[in-house]
Amino acid sequence: MIEFRLNSRSGVPTYLQLVQQVRHAVRLGLLQPGDQLPTVKEVVGGLAINPNTVLKAYRELDHEGLVEARRGQGTFVLQGLTTTTPAEHAALRAALLRWIERAQEAGFDEEGVAALFAAVVRSAFIEEAA
Amino acid sequence: MTVIPAVQTHALGKRYGSRWALRDCSLAIASGSVTALVGPNGAGKTTLLHLLIGLSEPSAGEVRVLGWSPREQPQVVLPRVGFVAQEHPLYRGFSLAEMLNVGRKLNAHWDEGLARERLARLDIPLGQKVHRLSSGQQAQVALTLALAKRPELLVLDEPVAALDPLARREFLQSLMEAVAEGGLTVLLSSHIVSELERVCDHLVILAAGGVRLAGSIEQILASHRLLVGPRVDPDGVAREHQKHAVIQESHTERQTTLLVRLNGHEVDARWRSDDVGLEEVVLAYLGQQSMRRTEPERDLTEVAS
Repeated sequence: MIEFRLNSRSGVPTYLQLVQQVRHAVRLGLLQPGDQLPTVKEVVGGLAINPNTVLKAYRELDHEGLVEARRGQGTFVLQGLTTTTPAEHAALRAALLRWIERAQEAGFDEEGVAALFAAVVRSAFIEEAA
Repeated sequence: MTVIPAVQTHALGKRYGSRWALRDCSLAIASGSVTALVGPNGAGKTTLLHLLIGLSEPSAGEVRVLGWSPREQPQVVLPRVGFVAQEHPLYRGFSLAEMLNVGRKLNAHWDEGLARERLARLDIPLGQKVHRLSSGQQAQVALTLALAKRPELLVLDEPVAALDPLARREFLQSLMEAVAEGGLTVLLSSHIVSELERVCDHLVILAAGGVRLAGSIEQILASHRLLVGPRVDPDGVAREHQKHAVIQESHTERQTTLLVRLNGHEVDARWRSDDVGLEEVVLAYLGQQSMRRTEPERDLTEVAS
């Protein structure tokens, strides 16, 4: 079983924080297929948040196919997350580093690089979702 | 299928002498929602809550609670509504066992098991006298008594205002657990905005006796933006931004900052557009200089699902 925590200053909506923490726990293997997520009542009793927020997070994870709600029993982890191999990880990292060097040559400082990267990530994933 | 809103008011008003404490208040509160009623002291929050539970008679307009009039059909409405008043009124000299006795005798659908189980979980012994409890415990006892009525609508007037941060958190945890069990609509008034975002899904802003904004918190946050751009002459703001409702504006020699409610139009690309937090939105509405009424968003009848 995992325990959720909230960062009220992060600006990330509460339901999304819950979603990210489940994904993270699955990725790290803290949650295995068949494991149960905390019940809605347990989560709201711990964090003092609206039950609809928890339901929304669990619904989103259900949509992604990561968990499954079983009527009257609770919400269970369905599958692991596909993770990249260390070799793939290193190659992606190297490619990103080359891109950052090009951005620096073009005159971008750290803040500029971070802002551009964040903007591209946002638009890429929004387009993917649309 | 039409679901009856837990609360519906139409042009509701209450006048004390020549002063309107609440005026022209039209609202619908979705069944199953947790709604925060916010506004400064004297905005009419308590007046509205008292009208809902039949403690006072409207001077104008209409109020329906669970589909019925609280003044004309109190025998239908009152058993289904729980109320926790601001000062958590309890009989100070009574023990908790005696308080439960009162609750059992006065309420037809009293759930003794729920009351005892909650008090046991809170570690409050039944022999304890009410006046020996901390203010946090008194608040929890008042909530327990209200929940043991098994209400469909729970109305709380400033439930956490007098509590320290820990007691406040514990109180909201208990309240949210009760909501998670289902079948309960909650309306709570407060002037502490920061904690509401976590516990509430709908918000009503009341100021100077009128509704300034009402809607789901998610929609309110999505539809308000902070725009920063080159200076616009204050007279020009209305012209330039007639597409959006300007809630708050400030100007320096070069720059104009606007808090707007978007009306489905794109924001002009020359303006930087940022998200705003709930507290900023609330303060902007409360700080509105003009007394013009803003049309409430009409989405309160949709249950946050």
